[in-house]
Amino acid sequence: MGDEEMDLGCARPTGGPVGVQPEEVPEEREIKPTEEVRKPMVSVGKKAPDFEAPAFHEGKFKKIKLSDYLGKWVVLCFYPGDFTFV
Amino acid sequence: MSDLKKLGVEVLAMSVDSMFTHKIWQEEELSKMVEGGVPFPMLSDAGGKVGQVYGVYDEEAGVENRGRFIIDPDGVIQAVEILMPPVGRSEAELFRQVQAFQLVRASKGKEATPAGWQPGEPTLKPGPDLVGKVWQVWKPK
Repeated sequence: MGDEEMDLGCARPTGGPVGVQPEEVPEEREIKPTEEVRKPMVSVGKKAPDFEAPAFHEGKFKKIKLSDYLGKWVVLCFYPGDFTFV
Repeated sequence: MSDLKKLGVEVLAMSVDSMFTHKIWQEEELSKMVEGGVPFPMLSDAGGKVGQVYGVYDEEAGVENRGRFIIDPDGVIQAVEILMPPVGRSEAELFRQVQAFQLVRASKGKEATPAGWQPGEPTLKPGPDLVGKVWQVWKPK
């Protein structure tokens, strides 16, 4: 596994809906999200908030960005934790 | 899950666990429950920042509730379900909803699916002719 594969960074909302470039993207985002980003911005009929996050898939570590899935149906599932029981 | 794949649906799973934990869980446990392990990417949202934006992060517990979002090809959220951790979701209901939303989209909004609709059953065509006449075309079980 190369260093590149390990260096995926942390999950972060990109600060806007999918398919829309945020007007201003700070060069290096702080880990602490701003209050504005912390507010839930989710509603049916509205664009999904975009994000990128490190992932494990098909034996590899990779970075996944929601907006890369535009043009496809996506089911995004959150769950409480690995090695739990339900 | 293979049923969802047939519908062209991409599944993304996300929790606050690291991608390293995901790897071990996949290799040590999930692969023994599902042949080959789960086929979808397992995303890490350490700290719950993405979960906060989606309204599923429980700050006190430090984990994410069972939030499920159906997102259409335009990136628009069509359906949301959020369950507390002790109750698991229904894949059958997810499958039903995806098929319903795909049908509505394919009809460009001309068709709608009544309560309890199952794939293959008649849909409704909302319009002036249907007002007051739903009883003629749809009878709840």
